[in-house]
Amino acid sequence: MSESANSSSTLEKHPWPDARGRYGDYGGKYVPETLSYALEQLEEAYAKSKTDEAFQKRLAWLNQHYVGRATPLYFAERMTERLGGAKVYFKREDLAHTGAHKINNALGQCLLAKEMGKHRIIAETGAGQHGVATATACALLGLECIVYMGSEDVERQKLNVFRMRLLGATVVSVDSGSKTLKDAINEALRDWVANVNTTHYVLGTVHGPHPFPLICRDFQSIIGREVRCQIMEAEGRLPDTLVACVGGGSNAIGLFFDFIGDEQIEMIGVEAGGTEITPGMHAARFSGGKRGMLQGAMSYVLQDENGQIGSTHSVSAGLDYASVGPEHAYFHDTGRVTYTYASDGEALDGFQQCARLEGIIPALESSHAIAEVLKRAPKMDKDQIIVMNMSGRGDKDVQQAAKFLMPDMIP
Amino acid sequence: MNRIEARFEQLKQRGETAFIPFITAGDPDLAASEQVVLALAEAGADVIEFGVPFSDPVGDGPVIQEASMRALKHGITLKDVLGSVKRVREQSDVPILLFSYYNPILAYGVEQLAADMADAGADGLLCVDLPPEEGAEYKAALDAHGLCTVFLTAPTTTDARLAVVSERCTGFVYYVSQMGVTGERASVVADLEQQVSRIKRLTAKPVAVGFGISTPEHARHVAGIADGVVVGSALVRFIGAHGSDADLARQVHDFAKPLADAAKGR
Repeated sequence: MSESANSSSTLEKHPWPDARGRYGDYGGKYVPETLSYALEQLEEAYAKSKTDEAFQKRLAWLNQHYVGRATPLYFAERMTERLGGAKVYFKREDLAHTGAHKINNALGQCLLAKEMGKHRIIAETGAGQHGVATATACALLGLECIVYMGSEDVERQKLNVFRMRLLGATVVSVDSGSKTLKDAINEALRDWVANVNTTHYVLGTVHGPHPFPLICRDFQSIIGREVRCQIMEAEGRLPDTLVACVGGGSNAIGLFFDFIGDEQIEMIGVEAGGTEITPGMHAARFSGGKRGMLQGAMSYVLQDENGQIGSTHSVSAGLDYASVGPEHAYFHDTGRVTYTYASDGEALDGFQQCARLEGIIPALESSHAIAEVLKRAPKMDKDQIIVMNMSGRGDKDVQQAAKFLMPDMIP
Repeated sequence: MNRIEARFEQLKQRGETAFIPFITAGDPDLAASEQVVLALAEAGADVIEFGVPFSDPVGDGPVIQEASMRALKHGITLKDVLGSVKRVREQSDVPILLFSYYNPILAYGVEQLAADMADAGADGLLCVDLPPEEGAEYKAALDAHGLCTVFLTAPTTTDARLAVVSERCTGFVYYVSQMGVTGERASVVADLEQQVSRIKRLTAKPVAVGFGISTPEHARHVAGIADGVVVGSALVRFIGAHGSDADLARQVHDFAKPLADAAKGR
């Protein structure tokens, strides 16, 4: 079920990235010189690991016995009935160990770091899911772990901070800039520049300088490969539509990638629409951003007319980021993936409906994808199929959601 | 000949090392930073590194980050910085190297920037997050206007890359002597002499050393090894502490003079 080769038609029709780490005009390696060598090293080590049988075997074993893969593909029967249109399936990444898809990438990269002889791991985190996943992988593999987190997010996600500390990680609160994910990445990059000889940076999404978007895509694309087998088993055919939320874009790439070559399949990426599409009030890069370079990659970036990076807002910390993975920028321009957004309010509505109809409390990030399913499924035929990536569980978000939904409950 | 290249040529003939101070444009405000540029020239600066403020300076430590934020509070843009260069140029011939992150350059447009830099009287550009492999169009635009392109080299730069990077540099090659971001350090790295001679084996261009040089003693030591000495954070910290003083420019002059003298072996 989880064979490591991606669909041959995807690889045939989508030969990216090229040798320079480009997806069309996007991607690349825009880093201070000190990091150039580390990126080269990482590229080499990663290429080696792909043909290293022992490495692949260990990863597959851990994916099955530690992460709990394959995660289920679940038919959301009550939601399907309520919406009265397409059959809705959830890919249950929320059931993976640590409660989100982030572990797929964190575990793979930590194994890789160990192969490279780097025993100090750094990571950035927004909502805390990638931080928790990395701290978990480090505990498992006996690696030192330092997680950078914006001080505002530390405040918003106290529970995850505690989890990371419990797992033995050091959480560094970042007070610079907007004190959120973007600033945590800046600080992680600064650490990496200083300690590159001993340290591997486990970047948590399909962003950053090449080869990070490639490595993260490869570790996440197990999601789509499993879905292919699972939907064939359940329905005897491929889905019509795939839906996933897009922050940096790793869970979306993870679901989409194996199906890129299946051109009849429609793919929808859902960004954070925040409160409205005006500067500072959202994180919908394809609606309010333009071509730019942030944190190592050419992509779409929310910025002002002078190239200063814009501030962002979303009810979901994991989608609250000013840029997006370069491969998504490419898919946007070619039209292979359609990008839309859901507002804070729509996401909160999806959050509640999913809880009540299916008994699943989704992450606020995934709730953006649910919001799109709620709009789209009723307009589709009953014999059509939507697969939505339930990228994470919502336990971490109940406090944040309660502030909006049941303010009397919060002391 | 470009002012930066001409200055290094003169220094070479005199057997002297270049003193290259860095300041953030618009810190504490544009008029003040222009006065500071003139004062630095007076104190013996050979090239001014004039920093374009950016919201996300990943290559910089806290001192220069904070200077950037102070400048951005006044809404300083790349266009404003070029205006500053133009006003300084009316009063001084001191070579000016703009220092920027890539996104403001992209937003401005590389072609337009090169034309406007030449018009304002700037002499070159150093972009900290643009390695030469990504900068072909950038280099062509700056070359076309006779502007210097300075790229960074680092302790981790392999010999193979050093050859490529130094080949793309005009004016001088910048060597980042310390791993990490900009900021003051207690001492100069031990392997500096070895590293600079490694670069000099691969290029005949002048090599300037930056990162962590903060005292006249450091400057004197580095001057014995390299062709240029860059002092950034120590100076920016001083400006941060004295930014509201009416005689800021004179104070900066007095602070920079011993550094310049040390760089020149006086």
